[in-house]
Amino acid sequence: MKPPRFAYERATSVQAALQRLASHGPDIKLLAGGQSLMPMLNFRLLRPLLLLDINHLAELQQLQLLDDGTLRLGALLRHQQVLKAPQVQQHWPVMAAALAQIGHLAIRNRGTLGGSLSHADPAAEWPLLALLLQARLHLASAEGSRCIEAAEFITGAMSTALQPQELLTAVDFPALASGHGWGFAEHARRSGDFAIAAAGVLLWAEAGRITQVRIAVGGGVEGACRVPGAEAALLGCPLGMRPEDAVLQRVLDALRASVQPNVDLHASAALRAQIMAAMLRQALLAAWARLPGTGGTDQRSGSHA
Amino acid sequence: MHEAKAGETRSETRAPESGAELGEFADQEFVPIQLTVNGRRVRQLVEARLLLSDFLRGTLGLTGTHVGCEHGVCGACTVMVDGVSARSCLMLAAQTDGCTVQTVEGLGSMQAMSPLQQAFQQCHGLQCGFCTPGMLITATDMLANDHPADEAAVREGLSGNLCRCTGYQHIVQAVMQVAMQGDAVASKGAVNAAVNEVQS
Repeated sequence: MKPPRFAYERATSVQAALQRLASHGPDIKLLAGGQSLMPMLNFRLLRPLLLLDINHLAELQQLQLLDDGTLRLGALLRHQQVLKAPQVQQHWPVMAAALAQIGHLAIRNRGTLGGSLSHADPAAEWPLLALLLQARLHLASAEGSRCIEAAEFITGAMSTALQPQELLTAVDFPALASGHGWGFAEHARRSGDFAIAAAGVLLWAEAGRITQVRIAVGGGVEGACRVPGAEAALLGCPLGMRPEDAVLQRVLDALRASVQPNVDLHASAALRAQIMAAMLRQALLAAWARLPGTGGTDQRSGSHA
Repeated sequence: MHEAKAGETRSETRAPESGAELGEFADQEFVPIQLTVNGRRVRQLVEARLLLSDFLRGTLGLTGTHVGCEHGVCGACTVMVDGVSARSCLMLAAQTDGCTVQTVEGLGSMQAMSPLQQAFQQCHGLQCGFCTPGMLITATDMLANDHPADEAAVREGLSGNLCRCTGYQHIVQAVMQVAMQGDAVASKGAVNAAVNEVQS
């Protein structure tokens, strides 16, 4: 399998790249990490006239912690760079746990944040994280730039709000209020394979009750999504060693009612629904155990669950 | 390049006859590159669509890099690019302009094998040998940059490289032997030395 013919150009600046996109957007594919684009080219699923290589745009490779605690990640940061960043390990453990599940080392060494979000594979970790962490995406074009919420950006499986003349330049992850419990769980046939289903959970509590909940799952027909019904089922729950069985049941019922599971060679709808529920349960229990005041002792549990 | 046989009209993958189909980009179909491969400077004009794996094997004759699936799944074509492992079937030769590439040929020689290569020999870490170059490069990166703490970490680190002889036990043993001997440090030194050598 060899790629079709195309021309190649190395972008020398963001401005130059935006000019190219402005004049020839529909004929161009941006080449970032290439870990999804190159297989698609090898399979000849795509036939761009020009590959615009943005790998050398240093402006897109910065990792910054802003004054208000926001983590600003340049779109060209590699998965492995983000995963190993001390700021991420310290303040966004749920991000580190999810990124460790992306492909294999050689893939994480090349694949980028911006590439994964723009590709929006329904099984990918970054779209799920962007929804869970309420990321804001910076999109630039020759005419100006805009900033949109992850929930607006990801419009479905393999589909985003990114226009042909636009470039995703950076992603902001707002600071998480301290004292949260987190959990992430993913299941794949083999380590590094595409996930059959995944779930991420963030919990906050005050005065012995759950006050804020965020739940995102992957494995639905539309790709990663938040599950507001499941979040609502947890609000106000009293803290204890673990959530009550009835509460857990309401959460999983809400998941089943609102997320239609994807079907492919690897899992039927019924199997995927079951795995998705199991992943949500694991992630929720891990997040619960990490909440201060739940008597959770093993702070590390669930990091690979 | 694929050429349509006489009378064949249905081939959808038929290559265009001339650069005209690339329109105003036609003059960007060939890209001059300059890189360092296993310590050797290389200059070449390459077709934009040429994969790094095919450049190494076909153009440079470095056939130690093996090509299996050509979509990033099997790991046989893994090479080091600027000190970290990458799938050479998922990179274009054109992208490596200015890069430092290390293939299995650059890890050691028959006379002076790297500690990892020696361990593969001692532990019988190969059967048919097809996956071996990718295994060696992946393990070299893992030992140098990802510091596997135990056998589970080694197995996880090798999970992106498929051995269809299924000889994983001995491959894992070989990598463990180096990791446990503390040769991980030596292995890292070797990679850094190679990178420094070519950068200086």
